[in-house]
Amino acid sequence: MPETINPTNRIHNNNRPADPVTPYLDPLDMADLVPGCMSQSHSYEASPVHQEKLGFPGELVDDWHDKAINKMGDLVSKYKSLRVFLDSCVKCGACADKCHYGMGTGDPKNMPVARQNLFRSVYRRYFTTAGKYVPALVGARDLTIEVLDEWYSYFHQCSQCRRCSVYCPYGIDTAEISMAAREILDTVGKGQKYCNEIIGKVHEVGNNLGMPAKAMKATLEDFEEDLEDETGLEIKMPLDIKGADILLVTPSADFFAEPHIDGLLGYAKVFHEAGASWTMSTTASEAANFGMFIGSYENMRKVSLRIRKAAEELGVKRIIFGECGHAWRVAYSFLNTLAGPFDFLDSRYPVPQHICEYTWDLIERDIIKFDKSKNDEYRLTFHDSCNVARGSGMGDKPGDQFEIPRDILKATCNHYFDMEENTIRKETVCCGGGGGLLTDDLLDLRKKGASPRMKALSNAREENGVTHMAAICAICKSQFAKVMPGYDFEIDSILSVHQMVSNAIILTGAIDPDEEDDDE
Amino acid sequence: MAYELNGNTIEHDEEGYLTDLSQWNEDLAVVLAKDENIEMNDEHWEVVNFLRNYYDEYQIAPAIRVLVKALKKTMGKEKGSNKYLYTLFPYGPAKQACKIAGLPKPTGCI
Repeated sequence: MPETINPTNRIHNNNRPADPVTPYLDPLDMADLVPGCMSQSHSYEASPVHQEKLGFPGELVDDWHDKAINKMGDLVSKYKSLRVFLDSCVKCGACADKCHYGMGTGDPKNMPVARQNLFRSVYRRYFTTAGKYVPALVGARDLTIEVLDEWYSYFHQCSQCRRCSVYCPYGIDTAEISMAAREILDTVGKGQKYCNEIIGKVHEVGNNLGMPAKAMKATLEDFEEDLEDETGLEIKMPLDIKGADILLVTPSADFFAEPHIDGLLGYAKVFHEAGASWTMSTTASEAANFGMFIGSYENMRKVSLRIRKAAEELGVKRIIFGECGHAWRVAYSFLNTLAGPFDFLDSRYPVPQHICEYTWDLIERDIIKFDKSKNDEYRLTFHDSCNVARGSGMGDKPGDQFEIPRDILKATCNHYFDMEENTIRKETVCCGGGGGLLTDDLLDLRKKGASPRMKALSNAREENGVTHMAAICAICKSQFAKVMPGYDFEIDSILSVHQMVSNAIILTGAIDPDEEDDDE
Repeated sequence: MAYELNGNTIEHDEEGYLTDLSQWNEDLAVVLAKDENIEMNDEHWEVVNFLRNYYDEYQIAPAIRVLVKALKKTMGKEKGSNKYLYTLFPYGPAKQACKIAGLPKPTGCI
């Protein structure tokens, strides 16, 4: 059963609106169960052009069955964790009500154990003795074309957020099973358009957007103009500067989308005030690494090596990642394996470092200071992005990935409130758009998957008058901008953490931005 | 998957974006807009033309902020805003306006 919230744990505030607009909704309530109600959810498949750029067959190969089983064998022998996850489930049901897609859709196959079983049942048939001889007795089944289609549908209804693994007594991680399933699908020529088109653009152009160097340069110059208009200072957005100390690798959404750009402007202000020597790179102009979403080690490695190459070519001493959830998971957990060793970098700094770690360190050392009143219009909460919360760490203490972003926000604004305890920190509910699902053709799923978080946010509005939510993930930001209007929040109610930094930072010699025009 | 216009067949992808960008013309833009429940007015054209010119130069659509800044100059401060763009293109200016302008769909975490 969904955990209930202890009313005494909820923070009551005198500023709470007198008449609640919406009644209290338990964010973790399950929708009514309707078997198969999401079976038609099928995001667009990749075209042959998108597939082949990644080294996958253009379309479903004739010997898909044997090829899929061989690949499964390869994966379970290579990844011991995957084999353990497939062998160890005891069907205790602890995960059954923990997936945001399960809660939001009510399709039983969106319960983590059922999702895993789509894969596990085939594994048993081909890789366990009992499954080979008495399949019916052990829930083993043949891999058929219908099963392959079912995989495609339901493994693209998992955002690989790992919330279920927090509650599993064996620590089974559905994300890894989902990645394995997608890799098998790619191997037999049945990839997903959204992810694979994007990875192709990273290989070809250098970023998810497909933004060429010329456009990137022009865009950054435009932002420099904006910063000068706002502050009266020449705050630089350096690009391809050889010999800079720091290489900033940030999601390309930071060059393009709202509210992402405000985060980028925030990083630039922090670097400026700290007097740092930094640069971005036109070849490593993307932090994101969708290779992880599709479970492809080769693609993940290729994408990671661009960053190493850019760091070496520019001769930087440090690499800092901008606000991107899964990029940080890849960077924190795998970068050294994929593209290391980074012995050419300055060993006194973490390799790599998160922009929040960098900013927090400057705050702690009193190098940057804030005028919190600049953010008085915001009553703020923070959404823990799944890949940062459960796929990585930050700082030097366990749990710093939860505290550092909150500490930054509390340093920059006067009104900060957390959402309900069982929807934040390690128990955070996903935005609903992660893991390669942030595509228009999955909008129905995205809206349903976002419902636990949006209910928790709506409750925070009722309890504490919360008006805005900040996040450190490009996907979360875009996803919330899309789903928030459905809950009577403006599209700009989602913010970058460094947007709050940007608003409140005291820049030496700056003109008062309040006297200037802004974009509001 | 194709649009029919004046006896011509113009191919598009599964999401309605043109597969051959050179086939775009103003009549087609009106058809594309209708599909999105948008009646083209001067302001829609202002956006569409800006996007096309920008794309010609940079091979990508502009950041929304760059677009907004340009519109501020031509349409004034009130209409040159992200919010006003959403009233023109309710599904989101980046994707919907690009589709009508005959440009590829912007991809990524956006």
